[in-house]
Amino acid sequence: MTYLAKPRLHHPSLERNAVGYTRRDYEGKVSTLCAGCGHDSVSAAIVQAAWELAIEPHRVAKLSGIGCSSKTPDYFLGASHGFNTVHGRMPSVLTGACLANRELLYLGLSGDGDSASIGLGQFAHAMRRGVRMVYIVENNGVYGLTKGQFSATADRGSTSKKGVPNPDAPVDLVAMAMQLGATYVARSFSGDKAQMVPLIKGAIAHGGAAFIDIISPCVTFNNHAGSTRSYDYVREHNEAVSRIDFFDPAPAVQAEPAPGEAIDLPQPGGGTMRLRRLHADHDPTDRVGAMNHLMALHEQGEIATGLLFVDPAARDLHHALRTPALPLNRLDEAVLCPGAAALARLNAALR
Amino acid sequence: MTQRVEAVNDFVVKFANVNGSGSASANELFAKAILRMGVPVSPRNIFPSNIQGLPTWYEVRVSEAGWLGRRGGVDMMVAMNPQTFAQDLAEVAPGGYLFYDSTRPMPDSAFPADVNVIRMPVTAICNATYEDPRQRTLFKNIMVLGALSALMDIDAAVIEKLFSEQYRGKEKLLESNVRALHAGREFARDHLCPPRGPGLGLRVRRAEGVGERIFVDGNSAAALGCVYGGATVCAWYPITPSSSVAEAFQKYCEKFRVDPATGEHRYAIVQAEDEIASIGMVTGAGWNGARAFTATSGPGVSLMTEFIGLAYFAEIPVTIIDVQRGGPSTGMPTRTQQADLLSCAYASHGDTRHVLLLPQDPAECFEFAAAALDLADRLQTPVFLLSDLDIGMNQRLCPPFRWDDARRHDRGKVMSAEALQAGQPFARYQDVDGDGIAWRTLPGTHPSKGAYFTRGTTRDPQARYSEAGPDYVYNMQRLLRKFATAATLVPPPVVKPAARQTRLGVLYFGSTAPAMDEALHTLAGQHIHLDAMRLRAFPFPASVAEFIAAHEQVFVVEQNRDGQMRRLLVDELEVDPRRLPSVLHYDGTPITARFITQAITERVLALAVAPQGARP
Repeated sequence: MTYLAKPRLHHPSLERNAVGYTRRDYEGKVSTLCAGCGHDSVSAAIVQAAWELAIEPHRVAKLSGIGCSSKTPDYFLGASHGFNTVHGRMPSVLTGACLANRELLYLGLSGDGDSASIGLGQFAHAMRRGVRMVYIVENNGVYGLTKGQFSATADRGSTSKKGVPNPDAPVDLVAMAMQLGATYVARSFSGDKAQMVPLIKGAIAHGGAAFIDIISPCVTFNNHAGSTRSYDYVREHNEAVSRIDFFDPAPAVQAEPAPGEAIDLPQPGGGTMRLRRLHADHDPTDRVGAMNHLMALHEQGEIATGLLFVDPAARDLHHALRTPALPLNRLDEAVLCPGAAALARLNAALR
Repeated sequence: MTQRVEAVNDFVVKFANVNGSGSASANELFAKAILRMGVPVSPRNIFPSNIQGLPTWYEVRVSEAGWLGRRGGVDMMVAMNPQTFAQDLAEVAPGGYLFYDSTRPMPDSAFPADVNVIRMPVTAICNATYEDPRQRTLFKNIMVLGALSALMDIDAAVIEKLFSEQYRGKEKLLESNVRALHAGREFARDHLCPPRGPGLGLRVRRAEGVGERIFVDGNSAAALGCVYGGATVCAWYPITPSSSVAEAFQKYCEKFRVDPATGEHRYAIVQAEDEIASIGMVTGAGWNGARAFTATSGPGVSLMTEFIGLAYFAEIPVTIIDVQRGGPSTGMPTRTQQADLLSCAYASHGDTRHVLLLPQDPAECFEFAAAALDLADRLQTPVFLLSDLDIGMNQRLCPPFRWDDARRHDRGKVMSAEALQAGQPFARYQDVDGDGIAWRTLPGTHPSKGAYFTRGTTRDPQARYSEAGPDYVYNMQRLLRKFATAATLVPPPVVKPAARQTRLGVLYFGSTAPAMDEALHTLAGQHIHLDAMRLRAFPFPASVAEFIAAHEQVFVVEQNRDGQMRRLLVDELEVDPRRLPSVLHYDGTPITARFITQAITERVLALAVAPQGARP
């Protein structure tokens, strides 16, 4: 984190996207998170993805719960309306907002405490309902903002900064999402921007609820020996199952996963690290196959990253509710109010 | 000689049934038939927290004078549930009537001398008439209805017309119901009515007492008010006694809000996973400019309090319909009470205050539901419609619904793209004109102006996070100014001055109203005069404090244990509590006129002996 104000002038050579915006137009305020926090990388990936997709920043609504990850919407898309709701309840507020205006893009930012403990129910029902949203959990296995308690995704046996082991089994949000019928399920790592950006772009374009669990190490409370969410641990145990290069639907270019390919991860203190090995034969449209693969890797203590499952034909809650193309928040008395004559007929039927 | 209650168009009949036996529709026919003969009727269900097999009662007050509250006392008990026979018999007034199924006859000694017993072997008749066990149960109640109609001079043609409306297109059902009705009438004529039997002293005679009024339940009315009020989003969770609000809203939306050309739904109703998700969705929708509401009861409001605090502090329009029931905790799910006043008025931690609307009947449920949606948008705050089980789940005679086609929904201070583009200054939490209400913008309005962060945390007037003391205090003081503005916008109280000058007053609200109207009349007949003020909202407009100041003693009549309205009055208006004696009824049944009359009479007599309060 720095205390420098962001420069207001843009360099004339900053590239503009198809709607005429530079990358700066997608940024937010200066982050107040700890230096080296994984969440800041996720914010940067969101900025990149939105810029590449040429989304108009004000046509995004960004919502979050409470926690370090929930602070991040302030640090990207400064021209969008944001809503920091209450702990664990972002999905319901986002659902209501989405119902009111189907024309905006909805980003839901959350953490593992926010979504796997208090918010587990709302997470599950958002997946079930298929609200059209990008649901990102920035997962560090710890309650950062309240100073280092375990979250429900912390692995059994992993230790806290003070050496206390976690006795409970972990919640795997990705596995839950798959079981609940979610139609876009992915996992990534905050240090792997090349993997994150296409996943986020794919999530934005997706027709239903898109869930991305992003391992995002906490440098202050969880990035120590014994933590299974540290940079070291994830580096050693991660296995990328698919790599997507996302492009706009118009140009029909598709990247094929290449076996044995790896990407470099930045480490705190310098150096790079190899993270991803691709599975050439992973079929992201096979839900059962994906779930089996996840369980198998879990048994080996490994984390699969990439696009685990997608249903390209998925549709959302608006479709199920048959709402009009014109957003509900723009309908007025003329169509909403049945009128005095109809009321007189109702009265007559009640006598 | 046995005394007999003799009354025309002025009595109370109570039906004791087993729930799930089809009694509810037969009982409703009884009430509606009398209504159609021009005599005001007010029926009340007293039903168990169960689906089938437990006792349920239906108490019908017939009153040509138009008293629609519970009177107290029962003139005729139609005792169709052996389980509750003893207590039902005990409720019959001296000289009253007990009608029972004499298939298993009871000896005369089983009945007190001052009860007139009317015997009909209903089960035996049904078993002789029908083979199918379901028909044997269902038509029992229709046969009883038939017998009662003959005894009480209820016009058979009126009942037949009701059947034809109910069973339109179902000729077979219509025919069998009519047959059962006439079988009951024949039995009564042959065995019960004069000259074959002593008959019944309770009679119905055609009158002109109903007028243009409609007969509808409060929950349906509230739902219709939400339709007319422009609600497009409803998120809810089932709970007794509010589920029928959302269900009625669904029904009305299907009728009124479907685009005839495209079949699209101009509404979104979500049955959420719990009350927290419900209020969360309403909050998100309200934030994003759609009129949204939820319907729940006390336990649901408890769950919602965190979000209510968020909506209060972040200033988001949210409408909550609370159909109150017996508390605390799970309490009495199928009984009425007015016990959520404090938990709604002050919902959530920290310094909060919320707007409450207090309808007295379904007509006001309709009117106030639409008003709540306007007020929520105008004030950018949670607004509660506090109904209760008595109003919500019983059909009540009330003025017809009214709507002015020229009326526009008040969307409040929402800054448009044009205004932003023209350079109108925007600061989300700044008071610009003294009413305490700031301007807001909706997401997606303008490419570079008007965006801000909504949070439950403290802020400066530009919506930037700020822990500075003065910023926080400014914000909190502005919220108080906003609440003071609310007092000028909410439905004002209704005053009924006494016929004589008096130092005594009474304050009441909601479902107490019909019983209070009658009690005031009775008390005046006993030369006890009270000026009455019916409260219709919180915060209290200035006239409430003035009313209290103008009287020595003002009784506060309410249906809860702790005198919650009295507490609100004392706290908010800084009134000496000794000027506000409580009259409390809270056993879960709707308050009766006799209860109010007796309570006030006792207290007034006590005051006559030992006057209280400072003389002005």
